[in-house]
Amino acid sequence: MNYFPDEVIEHVFDFVASHKDRNSISLVCKSWHKIERFSRKNVFIGNCYAINPERLIGRFPCLKSLTLKGKPHFADFNLVPHEWGGFVLPWIEALARSRVGLEELRLKRMVVTDESLELLSRSFANFKSLVLVSCEGFTTDGLASIAANCRQLRELDLQENEIDDHRGQWLNCFPDSCTTLISLNFACLKGETNVAALERLVARSPNLKSLKLNRAVPLDALARLMTCAPQLVDLGVGSYENEPDPESFVKLMTAIEKCISLRSLSGFLEVAPLCLPAFYPICQNLISLNLSYAAEIQGNHLIKLIQLCKRLQRLWILDSIGDKGLAVVAATCKELQELRVFPSDVHGEEDNNAAVTEVGLVAISAGCPKLHSILYFCKQMTNAALIAVAKNCPNFIRFRLCILEPHKPDHITSQSLDEGFGAIVQACKGLRRLSVSGLLTDQVFLYIGMYAEQLEMLSIAFAGDTDKGMLYVLNGCKKMRKLEIRDSPFGNAALLADVGRYETMRSLWMSSCEVTLGGCKRLAQNSPRLNVEIINENENNRMEQNEEDEREKVDKLYLYRTMVGTRKDAPPYVRIL
Amino acid sequence: MEKVDVYDELVNLKATELRLGLPGTEETVSCGKSNKRALLDDTEKEIESTGKNETASPPKAQIVGWPPVRSYRKNNIQTKKNESEGQGNYVKVSMDGAPYLRKIDLTMYKQYPELMKSLENMFKFSVGEYFEREGYKGSDFVPTYEDKDGDWMLVGDVPWEMFVSSCKRLRIMKGSEVKGLGSGV
Repeated sequence: MNYFPDEVIEHVFDFVASHKDRNSISLVCKSWHKIERFSRKNVFIGNCYAINPERLIGRFPCLKSLTLKGKPHFADFNLVPHEWGGFVLPWIEALARSRVGLEELRLKRMVVTDESLELLSRSFANFKSLVLVSCEGFTTDGLASIAANCRQLRELDLQENEIDDHRGQWLNCFPDSCTTLISLNFACLKGETNVAALERLVARSPNLKSLKLNRAVPLDALARLMTCAPQLVDLGVGSYENEPDPESFVKLMTAIEKCISLRSLSGFLEVAPLCLPAFYPICQNLISLNLSYAAEIQGNHLIKLIQLCKRLQRLWILDSIGDKGLAVVAATCKELQELRVFPSDVHGEEDNNAAVTEVGLVAISAGCPKLHSILYFCKQMTNAALIAVAKNCPNFIRFRLCILEPHKPDHITSQSLDEGFGAIVQACKGLRRLSVSGLLTDQVFLYIGMYAEQLEMLSIAFAGDTDKGMLYVLNGCKKMRKLEIRDSPFGNAALLADVGRYETMRSLWMSSCEVTLGGCKRLAQNSPRLNVEIINENENNRMEQNEEDEREKVDKLYLYRTMVGTRKDAPPYVRIL
Repeated sequence: MEKVDVYDELVNLKATELRLGLPGTEETVSCGKSNKRALLDDTEKEIESTGKNETASPPKAQIVGWPPVRSYRKNNIQTKKNESEGQGNYVKVSMDGAPYLRKIDLTMYKQYPELMKSLENMFKFSVGEYFEREGYKGSDFVPTYEDKDGDWMLVGDVPWEMFVSSCKRLRIMKGSEVKGLGSGV
């Protein structure tokens, strides 16, 4: 390869897409490092505090697409207080200053302000794609800047963000000359939508493939939108009247019938089951169906719909589908690859008899040979079921099981679920992500350490007996990148056993465990390339330095490797050792 | 040697302590911002608990961040209406000047005119005629409602079903306040 001119090598590198592979290429030799640097277009930063914008731009000056992740995963469950960090503004400022030709920005769990959106919209003439997932801190005013100023905008995808809806006219801010939209998702906006402006926008966007509406877009508008955009591939339905009059229903059905390219359906944020039949004509084409927000679609309505979706590969559903419904899925959806079953009763108040159990899980595993990814909330589980699942589906890449009641044992034998999860990790040699739950002892971690060789992410809650548990995992799972633990009896011995290990991982989270301040301090002592953050919101616990009790347990510990030392934007209750 | 002792101290203390009971049950106060959604949750719980019968089991201790469901999803899951128990959708109705409030079941009505008639009968007043632009004309009284976002809206603007699902309470406004809503008086 050294006899080829750089341009040829660069051309070859163009075919190498994955970040991992490109990182490997850059390590081969200096010349390759240089060529790779300047030709890198897509950069993925899994932890925004592992590096700073200046160094990033220094190394990859020609980058066009940047993905940034901010808060740790457990922030999704309110375990990370607000103001913790993950601010995107400094990144946008740095990119703007250095005149990087940014075209795409994808953010997850970051704090985004209207100011940063405004700056983003004005600084990059070729900006094409903005994807925000689980972000917060901005309003529809920020969206208005993006709409108004990004002349080349192709994608605006807002997923599950907390957005302050000022009910302005942000949709009106797309200039008449904007005809390049390919994807528009504003399902998470809570306020009124200017439906007329939306219709005009859709009418002038012939390339629109993905459209996801919010609650405020009613049924008759939906029919008109679909008539305008029969080329849609991905549709998120907004609200749905309770009893559509026959005329509206027919209009909708006619419009839907024409959408022969539709492959993905979601939304149904407010639904009347009686409207579902309008979608029957295209069900046979669907590969992705997300009904996880539609608590009102249950029983027969749901089953009828699913029975038509024979090509489904991805299904997100609520547990109100029940074991019976899952049996229908197992019998119908032979192409199913990914299943997520969410709890419909999130506050734990109802004694929900319709929820799913181990029976449904086994049925799915038996009926869907291509299943590789599952997220399953249920109220009970057995070892026998998990062993059966492992036998049926040795191809799992992601296996996340959440038994709603912590510490719950096998409901038939009253034993721990160690053997069940053990069977999963032993059979699924390609397992990369695992979440465990129910009654678990150190034994399950012995199994995980022994068998889960490809495991990259492990989530532990209310499990284990002693430090040995955590040690089995740290010693065994060589490919571990993210380890998150809550409410488990792991302490300093496990934490400190192999401090160097953490530099091979992205991050470690431990909350409500047994680690103490002293242990964390010791950990931080000789680790300049680790940020050890102690998050302690309780005012009373904040003592003066000299009064500190090193034996005091740490509420939340978040540590991560970094090349740029301590961050400067941490709030007062975050202590970086 | 001293180093080892300190280490031992760090390590020995709770390494093998067995925990009984649910860890974290002391921490039932949810952390994070107290936004409107959190308050709404409390109100919803109130309505639910007054509706349930006495023999229902006590609510389980709420563990922070459990079950592990994204807070966005928790806040936005559409609560199912329990049709079998026939609980209906009761909202409070207040009228300016009236000594006490009433409660009505919105599911008993199919459209706005029925609702208006019922309110007029209940409070012995007349609501005037509804115009899309100007609101209610011909009366001192204007029906308003509080929606999911906490805003006070004029009854009649949105499709009936949307109104039923977003109406949290009704208020019949009267007199000088009414001018702001364009009653055309």
